[in-house]
Amino acid sequence: MDPLIFLIQVLNGVQYGLLLFLVASGLTLIFGILGIINLAHGSFYMVGAYLAFSLTEKLGNFWLALAGGIVIAVAIGLALEWLVIRFLYRRDHLYQVLLTYGLILIFEELRSLVWGDDVHGVPVPPVLDFSIPLTDTLSYQVWRLAISAICVAIAFGMYWLIQRTRLGMTIRAGAHNREMVQSLGFDIGLLYRLVFALGVALAAAAGMLAAPVSSVFPGMGNQVLIISFVVVVIGGIGSVKGALVAALLIGLADTFGKVLVPQLASMVVYLLMAAVLLWRPQGLFGRA
Amino acid sequence: MKQENPISRRRFLQSAGGIALAASPLGAPFVMAQGAPLKVGLMLPYSGTYAALATAITNAFKLYVGEKGGKLGGRAIEYVPLDDEAEPAKAVDNASRLVNRDKVDVLVGTVHSGVQMGMVKVARESGVLHVIPNAGADAATGAMCAPNIFRTSFSNWQTIHALGKVMVDKGHKSAAWISWKYAAGEEMFASFKEGYERAGGKIAKELWLPFPNVEFQALITDIAAAHPDATACFFAGGGAVKFVKDYDASGLKAKIPLYGNGFVTDGTLKAQGASAQGMYTTLHYADGLDIPKDKEFRAKYAKAYNLQPDVYAVQGYDAAQLIDIGLSAVKGDIKASKGIVAAMEGVTIDSPRGKWKMSRAHNPIQDSYLRQVVGEQNKYVAVAWKALEDPARGCKMLA
Repeated sequence: MDPLIFLIQVLNGVQYGLLLFLVASGLTLIFGILGIINLAHGSFYMVGAYLAFSLTEKLGNFWLALAGGIVIAVAIGLALEWLVIRFLYRRDHLYQVLLTYGLILIFEELRSLVWGDDVHGVPVPPVLDFSIPLTDTLSYQVWRLAISAICVAIAFGMYWLIQRTRLGMTIRAGAHNREMVQSLGFDIGLLYRLVFALGVALAAAAGMLAAPVSSVFPGMGNQVLIISFVVVVIGGIGSVKGALVAALLIGLADTFGKVLVPQLASMVVYLLMAAVLLWRPQGLFGRA
Repeated sequence: MKQENPISRRRFLQSAGGIALAASPLGAPFVMAQGAPLKVGLMLPYSGTYAALATAITNAFKLYVGEKGGKLGGRAIEYVPLDDEAEPAKAVDNASRLVNRDKVDVLVGTVHSGVQMGMVKVARESGVLHVIPNAGADAATGAMCAPNIFRTSFSNWQTIHALGKVMVDKGHKSAAWISWKYAAGEEMFASFKEGYERAGGKIAKELWLPFPNVEFQALITDIAAAHPDATACFFAGGGAVKFVKDYDASGLKAKIPLYGNGFVTDGTLKAQGASAQGMYTTLHYADGLDIPKDKEFRAKYAKAYNLQPDVYAVQGYDAAQLIDIGLSAVKGDIKASKGIVAAMEGVTIDSPRGKWKMSRAHNPIQDSYLRQVVGEQNKYVAVAWKALEDPARGCKMLA
């Protein structure tokens, strides 16, 4: 492979990986801290993409739509936690899987009622709608680079929030021992509600950012859900750092898998997962 | 797996209801020349990704039946709709349910090729009259062809065979191919390659993604590195939108032009926006066809559903036309299957897409149009291949 093409493929892999991280970080957060297996996570990604489509059309500006969409996503997260999720914390994983699977079906139907079954596109924000030529034939869309930059910024933001702030400290403590934090006088219910809403907002934000390069279509969340679980499992359940490393690994494995071993393209990421789990059953950064 | 029980609960309730209705004053219309209405099973993906296609087919089918006063071949129609969810694993069960439990007289469906193969199996075993309004699996009118199975849409082979010649004529001597690695994608590639190589073109690179993966960037980079004269592709729905946009955003569109069959740009143009402009595709239908029947059909459809019809609607309309012709020949007697098949074989259908003839393998012999994307339309440019007939490889009816 030509060295320049090789570098471009690395860029493709990293770019895909960072977007995966954004989706998977919410999933691993909700699992790691709340202990909830949230199958509806892909639906939040889809809702985000559809919100980006509707709001961009109504407001005429992608950035306003992004801000508005995140507010709506947080509201959905808070409401869902209060309505259903809070009854699941002490329940077996089977109940969580059943309930969140039900949510997938509900969101799919709602999507069909509100937006219909058509495929939609979202225009790239005009400021970033240009490309940088890389070779004689190939250019790189600046919006893709912008998505990566936003993902890196969010990764740093999350690290700072969880490791460096008082709120983050309480959240971490709550994940270790719910009762102790509660008896120390913290409103653990509210804390959990915030974390769930944050997870929903992260998935929706990923959907919104991806909408201009992806398209907006029914069932788009399901594809993302499966690969997000792979990321979470490889990275170690509940580890945000693990999710970042795993997402980058998968992005690169998927990219080079398609190019170098096309016959195995559909299996490469799962082979990677199997290999990691054989070596470290708890995932790369999971607690044993 | 087959349900042979002649009186299922639902059927019992239906007949009980029928008797009650007949006994009441409202039941007067029950007495008709041919007795009970003709049961038409509509097995289509009413939910999920293909829901819009299922709706278009059903709308147009009912539009034709409406034009005939609610009848086909003089028989009143009772619809038995069933959502097949585009789920191949349930295909045989669903189709047998319609045939054995609901006792449909005609089985119409479906969209997804995988589901189609299950329906074809049931149709072959039961002998029920089966009309396919979309799914393009070559085998349905190829190796699996049967006297009672007809198609009013296309074979996958037909959708892209003419494209190779078009590309060579435009000076593209080498081409990259990209599609999903599944049955439809592979059938279309085989057909494209056959047509392209015969016209003197050379396949420079074959690229495949697992279905329905939409991460195209790695393969688009591969195309850029390979420097072919042009690229030919097949994707549909959300994947088609994303691929065409990604291809354009990578700057390839201007240097390595993109071609495909019509599914890449049908029903997706609004979402593809500027990225699809100017793209050439082949298909058996187009916008701006100067055909009176098409203009009439479009006006009627738009009036009835407040929506522009598409290629799927045309295929659904023709399915109803075909059944009407078959049944009319035997005065509505669905039991006279020999007479129905004889009438449907070799018939010429006056379709909105232009007149087409039913082949000996029961697939349309139809013109393949070259279209170009202009605004939100797939504008007719020329006839790319006059009366293109599927080779129907492996069909025993041709022997």
